[in-house]
Amino acid sequence: MALPLAFTWTEFGQQVTSGLASGAIYASLALALVLIYQTTNVVNFAQGEMATFTTYVAWTMMHHGLSYWPAFVLTLLIAFGGGVTVERVLIRPVEHRPEIVIVILTIGLFIAINGLVGWVFGPEVKAFDSPFPNRSVVLGGVSISVQDIGTFGVCLGTVVALWLFFRLTTLGLAMRAVAFNPDASRLMGVRVGWMLALGWGFAAVLGAIAGMMAAPTVFLDPDMMLVVLIYAFAAAVLGGIDSPVGAVVGGLLIGVVINLLGAYVNFVGQELRLPTALAVLLIVLVIRPSGLFGRVVVRKV
Amino acid sequence: MRRWTTPVLQGLVLAGAALLIAVLPRFTSEFRLGQFTYVGIYFVALLGLNILTGYSGQITLGHAAFMAIGGYTAALLILGRSGFELLGQQASHVLPEHGMRAIFTIPIAGLVTGVIGCLFGIPALRLAGVSLALATLAVAVSLPAIAKRFEHLTGGGGGLSLPLPHAPFGWHLSTPHWLYYEAWVCAGILFVVAWLLVRGRVGRAWRAIRDGEVAAVSSGVSPAVYKTLAFGIAAAYAGVAGALFAIQVSYINPDTFPVTLSLLLLASVVIGGLASLSGVIVGAFVLEFLPIYAQSPPLVHLHFAKQAGPVVFGVTLMLIVLLIPGGAASLLGRVTRPVRAWASR
Repeated sequence: MALPLAFTWTEFGQQVTSGLASGAIYASLALALVLIYQTTNVVNFAQGEMATFTTYVAWTMMHHGLSYWPAFVLTLLIAFGGGVTVERVLIRPVEHRPEIVIVILTIGLFIAINGLVGWVFGPEVKAFDSPFPNRSVVLGGVSISVQDIGTFGVCLGTVVALWLFFRLTTLGLAMRAVAFNPDASRLMGVRVGWMLALGWGFAAVLGAIAGMMAAPTVFLDPDMMLVVLIYAFAAAVLGGIDSPVGAVVGGLLIGVVINLLGAYVNFVGQELRLPTALAVLLIVLVIRPSGLFGRVVVRKV
Repeated sequence: MRRWTTPVLQGLVLAGAALLIAVLPRFTSEFRLGQFTYVGIYFVALLGLNILTGYSGQITLGHAAFMAIGGYTAALLILGRSGFELLGQQASHVLPEHGMRAIFTIPIAGLVTGVIGCLFGIPALRLAGVSLALATLAVAVSLPAIAKRFEHLTGGGGGLSLPLPHAPFGWHLSTPHWLYYEAWVCAGILFVVAWLLVRGRVGRAWRAIRDGEVAAVSSGVSPAVYKTLAFGIAAAYAGVAGALFAIQVSYINPDTFPVTLSLLLLASVVIGGLASLSGVIVGAFVLEFLPIYAQSPPLVHLHFAKQAGPVVFGVTLMLIVLLIPGGAASLLGRVTRPVRAWASR
């Protein structure tokens, strides 16, 4: 059991910053979930496994001598292609079937990819190199590891880049239009099907980034993203499952709060962090299903 | 109008199945018998899952968590406080002083898990579809962590070893035979219960809620009552299955019922066919034997490793969803259509 630390502001600051770093990872994956939910109206349960798979792809490339950043970029391209392919091949045929069918399909994908990763790469845990130097900088008395700063920067940088893409480009506008009203966009000449596929592609890219950022600390193993996925779910639900801003805020909030609870509340400790996130998830779902930033959906009968 | 031939035909099929199950141990090795015992255990779990997901339309990704609750309930009752302390751990005071006979713990495990399932069903009322799937998945992922944390009640990560099971009341049966009959008698009773529930008033209410909640409410069906009931019954079935499982392996730890089992259970129900009791038996066989056959000839010659099982599972699930939405039961229905048409002529 983790002993509660004697309270000092520096220690508190360290807990907050490392919480922000893991929160940025949750935010990326949560944003991936929201991207798909906005366009396809389904939660992709295989999102975490897709991320795990791409992280293994990155590991393989580095294992064969490629240096970190080229492998990183190549992995993102592969993830994008993979995401688009999954939408085209698996999701498109069931687009108009009930929600439960699509959920079951993504669970099938979850099982298959999880098995595939264990089968191709082996079940043993692998180390994954970090691109950031293993040292700390001291900022206002709080020592922050460069690893955490880098993780935070890469994740949030991607989110901002994606936001700019959606705001400033015609393609981004078309994708937002499809999320807002697919029928009207189709009448305006937007290729709705391809926009959905692009959404899956971008979601896979976000997942890949989350995977590669998480891997140095959680290590590579076939189930590495399962816990991250639950945190990302909690983050997306907390922020509102249809709100991109909510996903990012929710992710950071979950990262910090869980880290602080784990450090300072004796009962929670290391082991009960995940059940705490579950409790957050359940409470939000029951009390305010639309989350902090989500649209309140009124069901008409 | 149903002719008398339909119930007679159904009765004959059931009697034939019961006879087959009863005489099977004479024709098979003890190793195979163990596998068929697991089929019976999975059959019980899948019956509950199909009531919840197939009939009442509520998805769950946490069925194995309820199996774990049943398994732990049975294990703790079998050990009692004295048995628990023999394992070298300090036991919680909520445990009874002395252990019970394994067979009596099975219904208790079902009841306890059923009550917990009802309690979980109440917040679940506010959730539907994806949110419910999320909440149940989160339960399944967290349960091992919770089990490890409360060592006084669960033995922590080291798990609980149970005494080797044997036939009670001085019956002359070897242990594998006894476990086989125990599992399948439970399966038989619970199958009849499920059948009676599904074909009667309760089953109609479930299907009405699944197919249109508003219409169901207007017809005087209370979704709250029936949805919670479905959760409770599904959990009770899972509890019995978990207890049987723990007794069968005479060991339980937080990873005995992993998240992947929850997912595979759901996959098996869909492969067998949602809202079909005959599909459940197909699902149970698939769940036990598909991973085994995925690593035996001829597939093993394609260098399939142990992990190939889940891949085959996932791909089969996706293909079924894409190509045969009714699952194996709909194929079965197509094959037996001439016979059924003749019977109901």
